[in-house]
Amino acid sequence: MSRLSSLFSACRAESRAALIGYLPAGYPSVEGSKDVLRTMVSSGCDLVEVGLPFSDPVMDGPTIQRAAEQALRGGFRVRDLFGVVESVAAAGGRAVVMTYWNPVLAYGADRFARDLAAAGGLGVITPDLVPDEGAEWIAATDAHDLDRIFLVAPSSTEERIGLTARSSRGFLYATSVMGVTGARDVVSSAAPALVKRVREHTDMPIGVGLGVRNGAQAAELAAFADGVIVGSAFVSAVQDDTVAALTEELATGVRQAAAAV
Amino acid sequence: MSRGQLAPTPHDPDERGHFGPWGGRFMPEALIAAVDELAAFYEKARVDPEFLDEFARLLRDFAGRPSLLTEAPKFAAHAGGARVFLKREDLNHTGSHKINNVLGQALLTKRMGKKRVIAETGAGQHGVATATACALMGLECVVYMGEVDTERQALNVARMRLLGARVIPVTNGSRTLKDAINEALRDWVANVDDTHYLLGTAAGPHPFPVLVRDFHRIIGIEAREQILEKAGRLPDVVAACVGGGSNAIGIFHGFIDDPSVRLVGLEPGGDGIDTARHGATLTAGTPGSLHGAMSYVLQDSDGQIAEAHSISAGLDYPGVGPEHAHLKDTGRAEYRPVPDAQAMEAFALLSREEGIIPAVESAHALAGALVLGRELGPEGLILVNLSGRGDKDMDTAIKWFGLGVES
Repeated sequence: MSRLSSLFSACRAESRAALIGYLPAGYPSVEGSKDVLRTMVSSGCDLVEVGLPFSDPVMDGPTIQRAAEQALRGGFRVRDLFGVVESVAAAGGRAVVMTYWNPVLAYGADRFARDLAAAGGLGVITPDLVPDEGAEWIAATDAHDLDRIFLVAPSSTEERIGLTARSSRGFLYATSVMGVTGARDVVSSAAPALVKRVREHTDMPIGVGLGVRNGAQAAELAAFADGVIVGSAFVSAVQDDTVAALTEELATGVRQAAAAV
Repeated sequence: MSRGQLAPTPHDPDERGHFGPWGGRFMPEALIAAVDELAAFYEKARVDPEFLDEFARLLRDFAGRPSLLTEAPKFAAHAGGARVFLKREDLNHTGSHKINNVLGQALLTKRMGKKRVIAETGAGQHGVATATACALMGLECVVYMGEVDTERQALNVARMRLLGARVIPVTNGSRTLKDAINEALRDWVANVDDTHYLLGTAAGPHPFPVLVRDFHRIIGIEAREQILEKAGRLPDVVAACVGGGSNAIGIFHGFIDDPSVRLVGLEPGGDGIDTARHGATLTAGTPGSLHGAMSYVLQDSDGQIAEAHSISAGLDYPGVGPEHAHLKDTGRAEYRPVPDAQAMEAFALLSREEGIIPAVESAHALAGALVLGRELGPEGLILVNLSGRGDKDMDTAIKWFGLGVES
């Protein structure tokens, strides 16, 4: 049973989408990232994605790349991740981890899943692991009762959407555009079409991400998605010291869709 | 010209691109459709007489194949007296083996109906070859190159620009080849509808390792015929430099079913593999996933990818093609590191003794041959893949040997 299902069903009962905020662990520092995540939780993020900084983040645009570089330069180690996750759980929040595959492989898939579960983490998003190569990971997450969030993209075939939906647990991550992470001025028109296609394969919740930076965009996505995922905008907000304000604006956004409908 | 060059072999990976536990596809879902499409087009093309004829025609009439096999006796005198033959990929149009793969992939690009090509480059050899093929075939070309490499290979940047390519210096990470690949992948995911990523080495997600290898198999096919004709027997050793490993896998495959022939890959040893400054992935790396495939990788205990170091920009890469990982594990090929200093010594030696200035990349294979020749003794017969010419490396040579104008 998915440990995120209670969250999404509560949001569905309120006819709104969940707000999912991303921040790399170790940014701006290990302790600093704990503070920022606590603010995100207390200001309205229903779920936080704790990013694991990686040297070669091919799915990330310049904002998150720079944040990851800063974290690594500051001495961030993979073992620090679990303390950051623990601090979210201690603050009453829910956390999943977003990580490229190689650091998990190096840590050991089963050991990673075990330590994350022990820290109170609920699941893992793996942007460069597809289910086809995921046998070891599926076994590890099953063994430690973690949700397993694979991605679908506008380019995914029906067959691959089906495979990804069957292999995922918790929710599915739909990338709204073909591209890397980074705030954009307009939300992609590909997103509603993709979500519609995915719903034909599964009734699992669908989170939509890539490019969201304000409340209006969040409201737009919330009209058809179960979760609105915001990443780069939070990283920028750390620099501008506007995390609480951004969270509140986005939290209002994900509640506006219902009012508008 | 062999039409069998692209034919399926018993050494092909499984359907999902695995060579034993290596290879596969460790990459974003958004790109899976593109590599599926590429694999489907390639599977058709590799047995399509029309494609094979067109590819053979380009290799002959544009690239200048077959490339020569040249004996290097004065160089060999420094190699324990073993006979040394050089497969002259340096004589190909654009000056390296890279043109083989580029012409093949550019033809595939046209078959797929894509109009735009992106590529990464380290030394600039692959970038120049790609820009050349794009000029020939009327394709838009964008080349990503680490900022460090644009500085040490300024001449190749100018060549690419002259050929009509846009060269984008990559300023993040270590600002070398791996970061150029990262940036090319980011471009690809955003523009995959009309863009082919023309990967320059036998690495990356399936089907790149197999198709890049196949486009380079011509090197080994020609070399096997040539050495049988010139030396009357198979070589004891085939030596080639290995960064990503494309020239090596191409020549190795000509001899892979000849058990008496040792296949030896020479890796960039940089300042030495007991230092942090080298690029000897197969010698000193550990299993990991980088740029779409499982292979050996230079990384720390957290799985953060290390910065490679080599005097040669073309070998300066912390990963390696998955088939080499497989050949290492099965013992069919062996891999040795060559430090910068030994490579530069061989670079100067071939220039002086044979009148051939090799690429610094290829000089690693030559340095390996010097050692292997001494191990084999005077009865030995060594085939070296001279993968490229050294014109582009004059700046490096000037600095290393102090070749500036005397005052």
